[in-house]
Formats: sequence, C-alpha cells, structure tokens
Amino acid sequence: MLVFEKSRPGRGVSALPECDVEILCPEDKDLRKTELHLPEMAEVDLSRHYTELAHKAHGVNDGFYPLGSCTMKYNPRVNEKIAALPGFTDIHPLQPVRTAQGCMKVIKETSDALCQITGMSDFTLQPAAGAHGEFTGLLLIKAYHLANGDTQRTKIIVPDSAHGTNPASAVMAGMEVINVDSDDKGLVDLNKLREVCEVNDEIAGLMLTNPNTAGLFDPNIKEITDIIHQCGGQCYYDGANLNAVMGWARPGDMGFDCVHLNLHKTFSTPHGGGGPGSGPVGCKEHLAKFMPGVKVVDFDEHSNTNMLSFAKAEESLGEMKNFYGNFLVAVKALTYIKMLGKQGIPEASKNAVLNANYMMNKLKGAYDMAFDPKVCMHEFVMDLSRQAKETGITAMDIAKGLLDNNIHPPTMYFPLTVHEALMAEPCETESKETLDHAIDVFLQLNELAYHDPEKLHQAPVTTPVTRLDEVGAARHPILKYEF
Amino acid sequence: MEFKKEALYAKTHEWVIFDGDTAIIGISDFAQSELGDLVFVNLPEEGDDVVAGEAFADVESVKAVSDIYSPVTGVVAEINEGLLDAPEMINDDAFGAWFIKVSDVTDKSELISAEEYEAFCESEEE
Repeated sequence: MLVFEKSRPGRGVSALPECDVEILCPEDKDLRKTELHLPEMAEVDLSRHYTELAHKAHGVNDGFYPLGSCTMKYNPRVNEKIAALPGFTDIHPLQPVRTAQGCMKVIKETSDALCQITGMSDFTLQPAAGAHGEFTGLLLIKAYHLANGDTQRTKIIVPDSAHGTNPASAVMAGMEVINVDSDDKGLVDLNKLREVCEVNDEIAGLMLTNPNTAGLFDPNIKEITDIIHQCGGQCYYDGANLNAVMGWARPGDMGFDCVHLNLHKTFSTPHGGGGPGSGPVGCKEHLAKFMPGVKVVDFDEHSNTNMLSFAKAEESLGEMKNFYGNFLVAVKALTYIKMLGKQGIPEASKNAVLNANYMMNKLKGAYDMAFDPKVCMHEFVMDLSRQAKETGITAMDIAKGLLDNNIHPPTMYFPLTVHEALMAEPCETESKETLDHAIDVFLQLNELAYHDPEKLHQAPVTTPVTRLDEVGAARHPILKYEF
Repeated sequence: MEFKKEALYAKTHEWVIFDGDTAIIGISDFAQSELGDLVFVNLPEEGDDVVAGEAFADVESVKAVSDIYSPVTGVVAEINEGLLDAPEMINDDAFGAWFIKVSDVTDKSELISAEEYEAFCESEEE
C-alpha cells in the first residue's frame, strides 16, 4: 500500500511550532492553484510505513549481495559516525575559509590519498557519480586537445566489454564512439586496436576498465596505453573495478592520464538508493590545469598565512557540480581509507580477489565460466547458455531462485559479450561461511534446473512480490501515482 | 522459425525485400526470438541517409539495447511509425513489422538467400 493510499484528510504530525512573526503571503499570481496532495498521517503510521518498506527491500545489511561490477561491500558503521560529527554537518559552503579549515583538510587529504592510490597528481571531488566522473574525464581530454589546437580529435575508442555508461558519456561529451571487439579471451584485441589507431590524428583517446567487466586483468595494458599515446590520444581509466587492484597496481603506472573512482563502490560509501554517490576524477600533471571546481591548497599566497585556501585551475573547464561535490561522502571515504591504512587497503583488494576465485573455482563444475580464466580478479562471469539450451533455465531463472534463498542476484545479462551472463562479485567483506552458503545455493539451483525446472520458472515464491512482468513494466510503465 | 523466401538477409540478422526501386527492411524472425520481448524501438526520420553496414535503428529488450544495421545505402522514404508505440509487433510478426523503406538505393551489403541464412542461423546457435 502506498503512502498516498494510507493518507487520511486532517491527520498529521504537528511538529512545527506556532509562527511568532508576521505571515507574509506571496502575490496571488505566484500562488499555487492546485492541491499538493501531500500524504497526511500520524507519525506512528508513517514510521511503520517506512519500516515495512525497509523489510520488503534487500540491502547489504540483510544478506549477501554479490552484484558484479557494483562492489556492494559492507559499509562500516564508523563511516556514518564520523560523517555525522557536527563539525562536518553544521557547515555552509559559503562560510569564511578560516572557519572551515577542518572540512578543507578533509577535502585535501581525500584528494591526496586518492592520488597516491591511483598514481595521479590531482583530484577533484566534484563529480557526483561514476558516469558524471566519466563525463568530467572526457571533458578534460577534450580541453587538452582543444588547447593543443587538435579540434579534429573527436573519436574515442571504447571496447565492447565496457560499461554502458562509457559510450553514453562519450556522446554527451560530443565525441564519436569507436567500438573495438574483444578477443576470444575477453581482452582488448591489440590488432584491432592498432587498426583503428591508424587514422591517428582523429583519435581523442581510449576509455578502459581494468580489470575489465569479465573480471580479467589485461596483461597487455601498458602496450594498449602506449598504442593510444603514440597516435596522440589520451587514456581514460574507468575506476569501477578498482576494488580488485587498489594498493597493488595504479592506473597512473599502467599509462592512464585520467581516472574516475566510485567512492560508493571501492571506498565503502552508501550505494544504490542510499547514496548519494561520488565519482572523483584524478588526472596527471598535463591535464591538471583544466580541472573543474576549486582545489584546496596549502597556503594563501595573498595573505601569506599557513591556512588552507581554495585555488582555481588556470584553464578550468568550469563547474561539474556546485561547490565541493558530495562532501559528506568524501568524509566517509576518507574514514575508510584511514581506518584501513597502507596495509589494509591492499589487503581489502587481496581478499576481494581471493573470495571471487574461491567462489569461481567451487562453481566451475556446475556453471561454465565465460572465457574460462585460470584466475579472475574481483568478479567472475558465469555463462548459462548450456543450461538454457539443455533445461530452458536461463540466467534470469537462477537469479530469481537466489531471491528465495535471501541472496541478491548477481548482475544479469552483462557484459553483453556473454549471452546468458551472471556476473558475481562477492567482495572482501564476506566470510568463508557466507561464501560457502552461497555456493551451496548456486549448486542446488543448478540441480533444480536439471531435475525440476518448472519449480525454478515459478521462483521467487517467498519474496514480498513474486515473478514480475518486466516486459509489461517496460512497455507500459506507470510512472506516477494518479490521484 | 520463419525464413521468408522472398527476402534477402544480412549476417547481422536484417531482412530486405526489393520492391522496384525501394528496399523494405526489417529484422529476422531469428533475431526477434534471440532478442526476446522488445520494449522499445528507435527509428530514423524520413529523409535521413542510411549506409550499408551502418546502424540506422536500435531496439531494446528487457536484456539489452541492440543496433540494427542497414543492408543498403540510400534515403529513408518511409518509416513504420506503428512500431514506435507497439514494438511487440516485431515479436508477433517479424516480416510484417518492417522498420523502414529506403529509396535511391546506391549500394548494398553482402546479402544471402533464405536457405543460406537459415544455415547461418543454425551455425550461430551452436
């Protein structure tokens, strides 16, 4: 039942004190003429409504959530505790800098830490999400080419295994996308890459995720970035999968010129509906002068004090978001980085990779692994084409079966290069017991596919809503409540 | 699975029927069954140029968005506007649900007969 259906006229929460100043009404022409339809209900009913909704949802606090490519790791509570400190919450972006030194230090330390982890020389915390970060990175690349007078460099190379947001961001940035197919191992096909780089004065650059969407680290990475640089292009690193390599390998050392990170993935800040997200962008020295927003610098040249101050990049491309991005998200990410420290950061990645390999190897007999890698990184892709052909059970049916076992399904039908894909990313925060339970469930569901497929076609049966009509929802979406 | 004899096929799973100077283009029955229930279609506009081997439309299923490639080079003379509101027509009848009609055809991709295309789809299935 929706909150609007529970609403009763006149019922409500009178939390506002009586107004003790003169009430001024806007002019008649500025007044809203239609009713607002705000739900009216008692506080207790409202509280129960949202608690009920929370019970119906599945979050990482309810159970295992191995959503590939999304890094749904558990977010430590201490992050929330620190971000709720009044010094961070009771602040205004326009207050004098001398009264905001602590918050500015957080911005600076976060940027510095991210620079160290990625091998970049500068970071902006402005972008509010991963795709927003991609767009920012591409604008940096564009600004660089324009400053060099290379107006014809408008083509960006994106491998077919890329996240769907990559080509979308490139188009948003006014670039033309050139798709490069993967080879049979699921990696970038070097010959095809060289082929498209032949028309070299039009290449703006390359967008790449490494490890890629199939959870594979591209061993040719240095050669790939060299090919791009030789034809005058710039290399953009999509940091969606940084969780596999942080503290072990740096995009900067792989030859990338700029990078975005998803703080809400790798750095344990809330993800999905919880958000907000944060997609900081880092770049090397030669792109730093185009960075958006302002940067926190050590001292103010004008007043010559030792206070932190803000400085704008010389040829800044402008603002990607108001002020300093989602600041409190940066507070949470910095808390995470400081809690883990120099030892903990690589250990988190090591365990993420270990957990993924453990699950992959335990499931290998029952499920075919796309590209059949010996070792995967933080995630692995199962291909259910065989089950689909032999039993009629698809990746979708297995996903629905998992729901009945209180496990959030892995990412489905992605990457597009694998037909019946289920992409699982267990994350480092999960115990061996959790993984063993999930492995058992996966194996049981595969058994069910061969012995009682009809039962799987019915799944889920224990969830608040059962099998949904996805086609109906896509063809005839109901986007708002009709009063 | 229908492999209409009157049509020629591209290996990217489009069918084309030449009617005098006009080419009528759609996607094959095999393609619609592989894609699953379609929920959205994006078509070019009348007067747009299409190029053989290049994408001219895209279709969206609950799984993914797929590009549709033009088997010919020419000018879009007519589009099947009905598909925009009812993409399920493609699932119901892949040959009835043509996408575009192209005039001024100057070039075409490598096209194969219904028999050859059927064999090609069988090899794709394996």
